[in-house]
Amino acid sequence: MTADAIKTRPAGGPGGGRPPEPAGFGRGGRGSDPAVPGPAVGTAMIGMAAALTAVTMLFVAFTTAYLARRQEPGWGALVIPPVLWLTTAMLLASSGTLEWARRRIAAGDIGGLRRGLTATAWLGGAFLLGQLVAWRSLAAQGAYISSNPHSGFFYLLTGAHGTHLLGGLAALGIIVWKAHAGRYGVASHAGIGVFALYWHFMDLLWLYLFALLFWA
Amino acid sequence: MDSGPAMPRDERTAGRWMGVLILFILTAGVVSFIVAAHIWWLQPLASREGAASDEMFNAILAATAIAFIAVHLFIAIALIRYAAHGRRPAAHWHEHLGAELTWTLVPAAGLVILAILAEIVWAHVYSPPPANAQVVEVTARQFLWYVRYPGPDGKLARTDPKFISAGNPLGLDPADPDSKTNVVVTNEFHVVNNRPVRVVIRSLDVIHSFFLPNFRVKQDAVPGRTMSVWFTPDRAGPYQIACAQLCGVGHYTMRGNMVVETDQAAFDAWLAKQGQH
Amino acid sequence: MDALAVHEGAAGHEAHAESFVRHYIFSLDHKMIGKQYYLTTLLMAMVGGALAMLMRAHLGWPQNGTLDPGQYLAAATMHGTVMIFFFLTSILTGAFGNFLIPLMIGARDMAFPFLNMISYWTLFPGVLVLLASFFVPGGPAGNGWTSYAPLSAVAKFSPSGGAGQTLWAISIMFVLFSSLFGSLNFLTTIINMRARGLAMGRIPLTLWGIFITAILALLSFPVLTAAVVMLILDRTAGTSFFVPPNLLVAGQVLANKNGDALLWQHMFWFFGHPEVYILILTPMGIVSDVISTFSRKPIFGYKAMVLSLSAIGFLSFLVWGHHMFVSGMSPLLGAAFLGSTIAIAVPSAIKTFNWCTTLWQGRIHFTSAMLFAIAFVSLFVTGGLSGIFLAAAPVDIYLHDTYFVIAHFHFVMAAAALFSIFAGTYYWFPKMFGRMMDERLGKIHFVFTFLGIYATFFPMHFLGFMGNSRRLYDTSTYPFLSHAGPIDVFISLSAFMLGAAQFVFIYNFFRSMLHGPVAEQNPWHANSLEWAAPSPPPHGNWGPSLPVVYRWPYDYSVPGAAADYSPQWQAPSAVAAADGGQ
Repeated sequence: MTADAIKTRPAGGPGGGRPPEPAGFGRGGRGSDPAVPGPAVGTAMIGMAAALTAVTMLFVAFTTAYLARRQEPGWGALVIPPVLWLTTAMLLASSGTLEWARRRIAAGDIGGLRRGLTATAWLGGAFLLGQLVAWRSLAAQGAYISSNPHSGFFYLLTGAHGTHLLGGLAALGIIVWKAHAGRYGVASHAGIGVFALYWHFMDLLWLYLFALLFWA
Repeated sequence: MDSGPAMPRDERTAGRWMGVLILFILTAGVVSFIVAAHIWWLQPLASREGAASDEMFNAILAATAIAFIAVHLFIAIALIRYAAHGRRPAAHWHEHLGAELTWTLVPAAGLVILAILAEIVWAHVYSPPPANAQVVEVTARQFLWYVRYPGPDGKLARTDPKFISAGNPLGLDPADPDSKTNVVVTNEFHVVNNRPVRVVIRSLDVIHSFFLPNFRVKQDAVPGRTMSVWFTPDRAGPYQIACAQLCGVGHYTMRGNMVVETDQAAFDAWLAKQGQH
Repeated sequence: MDALAVHEGAAGHEAHAESFVRHYIFSLDHKMIGKQYYLTTLLMAMVGGALAMLMRAHLGWPQNGTLDPGQYLAAATMHGTVMIFFFLTSILTGAFGNFLIPLMIGARDMAFPFLNMISYWTLFPGVLVLLASFFVPGGPAGNGWTSYAPLSAVAKFSPSGGAGQTLWAISIMFVLFSSLFGSLNFLTTIINMRARGLAMGRIPLTLWGIFITAILALLSFPVLTAAVVMLILDRTAGTSFFVPPNLLVAGQVLANKNGDALLWQHMFWFFGHPEVYILILTPMGIVSDVISTFSRKPIFGYKAMVLSLSAIGFLSFLVWGHHMFVSGMSPLLGAAFLGSTIAIAVPSAIKTFNWCTTLWQGRIHFTSAMLFAIAFVSLFVTGGLSGIFLAAAPVDIYLHDTYFVIAHFHFVMAAAALFSIFAGTYYWFPKMFGRMMDERLGKIHFVFTFLGIYATFFPMHFLGFMGNSRRLYDTSTYPFLSHAGPIDVFISLSAFMLGAAQFVFIYNFFRSMLHGPVAEQNPWHANSLEWAAPSPPPHGNWGPSLPVVYRWPYDYSVPGAAADYSPQWQAPSAVAAADGGQ
């Protein structure tokens, strides 16, 4: 069945003058027929993009509230806990190791994939621990979640980001396990690409939040 | 179930019943509005500014009534006329650019006119109050209204929550000389007939809403913010303040009394009596 | 999460025995998950309906004191919460979306069946948390389904503000997450798993409704999630996102607070207005399909329908401020929201005219599904027209937060959405359960529900005209409402009739499920792809090969065709052959 045949409509009636039926928005789906070229973007990738859209809206809501509140009096000042520089560096490095791991598997190097993923997991875990250290150091300054709007938003935004990263870390744990179980190969590692999209997004999100919390 | 135009079928009875049901809804809807207009309608208007929004209300009512009647009549006729019967097939058409443009552009034009009129009235409602407006402050709390009138110099004293006490519910600053002349009463809101009044609205706790049905005034009282509305009462007499925003279990009890005094002298006499105690 | 694994996995699981738990409880089958949603949300509708009956029992005769003020507000709050979040939102996407999407696009299941199961099992704890809140000290939340801060953010403001309000917030989070999981599944499935030949321009309008609903949910639910997280922190961790400085609580000034009371309203309504369209876009799609099928005539203006659905979806993000005309928001912002709100009436009008035109010159079959669909148009028109009063900001000043608003949104989103759910149930029941519902009982149910819903909500317009505020426990405080009594009694009696009529439906539903006549594959002679599957469809939906689509789903009464319907799966060469080539 060619694409043309699919588009064929039943002939109009003898009355004629019937307006043409809508030609449609784009082409049909592929069903399960392997002969029809697959969708341009993988199903999991579309799902991840949709999920990240929702995550974006969550942080748009938080940070819009943040920006609106900052205009009002009584905002309060926070000193940047120095450990945040270190955690930022670690998170950036974790994106680097993840990309390195993806290059290794594309080159067929399973061992490199494992090493890269493991490094990413350690760096991600270290980032979260560093965020906890930052919380402790703020608390030591006397800046608790209820102290002033700035500190309230600091705990809220870092907490929400940390929760998302923790979810990513759990998924990474499964991927590391699968890598050790030999589930990935040169042609079968699309899942890691989908995961990488999430991880890099969390990386960028942190840079945005970090900049917003202390400079914007 | 039949399997196509070849199989006869008669649904005309059902079509008639459904058409009658739609016509019944139409009739009941229209008749109930006519009856309600005599018994259950807008509270009598008692402000100058409210006239414009009432006119707009009437215009929208007329336009929506026409739409309500037209759509229901159309549906009823279609149901009665086009119930399946015999072998008569349905028509097969499903696009008509002219028709679709018509019913996009005609309602759009009507709505644009409505929007322009509404914007004009809206701008007037929130225009700056006239210079001779009397200033009254209304402060809401669970579940009553404090009404504060300025002294002879027309000024309201500063307030600060740290001064709030049983004897000073609004927290007037004792250091401000105006705090001696301000008069604070509870649930009694008096204004002067034909004199514009600017109401400054605050809340001490949750969100309340200051609603004067007869004056077409409604403004939320939001803690942490100061709102203001103005209007010109033009019918002397007693009225009521309602709270229109859920403010807790006592929300329904939060009624205030309002009186439009016949003239300034009557108002001054009333206010003087309040200041005595 | 591998793209290939999803397809292969879905294709492979047709014939294998499943344990009871895997089949009925932790099922991955979209049809079973859809039924789980249907039954759960039906139960919640009964809870919400019972609460409404309690409210009406009180409001008709307030002097009897059926409820005390706290109980009344709790009933009102929980009625709204249950109906909006746990019934309408969850049944439209959860039940109809799950059941219909794979069948209508010719797929074997959702893109992510496991996520689909998680989605239901995220809703379920939300139901439990919400129901549990009835039994905590102080009772459930009583600050309105909108839970305006700071009333909802400071526990001491109301006796019901103890654990109930916090549990409310937690249960809302469960619903939001459940809907988000569902939405991203729906979007992915519709985008990437359509059958051969099924272009987006050939999917039924029901799917367009669900598709746009999923986009709206994805963009708006996270905003309420953010607000609810902040509300929970305000209530439990001492933050003050929504608590302004120096509030007077129980005679004491609350120290060290510095939030903003209007922030909650902005966040809530940024979610809230898309939400009301989330509740009406899918119904619009369902009604379009039912009306077309039973008029035996193509839907009029398919493209205009899709474009107006999209326009409504887009505009729904620009109109939230019309809930806040009297909130103290800047009048300039109010002027902008006035304009955008009136603009949204145009696509709604287009849809109404298109439904009416579809009936014209049709060959109308008056099935129960069709009756509810026609009544939907009537209810939607009534509710839509009252919306114009509220969009005109100067008129809204008077009508805001009165019973006129209650009448408006009950017509447009509660009654209309409910009628589309009934229409959808009578229509797809044969596909869901393989049996026909009783049409005679369906028509009895219809007549009493239609009359009951008008009799209940239409008089509320007049209460609104009188300035009767909503959420008033007893209107006798206000002498200007002293003549409202007869209306309240009439509304209460009508509501009881409306409530009683629903038992006919419930009886019909369960009796037909067990004993109804066995349904054919395509009992309504409809065109869309779900009718190509057996009734009920087996696990995997289709035989060895997936269906192929040759046409759009509205080829009814094509001149020259042998039957008055030409299904999507019918090859063009078969059109001329006798009796539709099923």
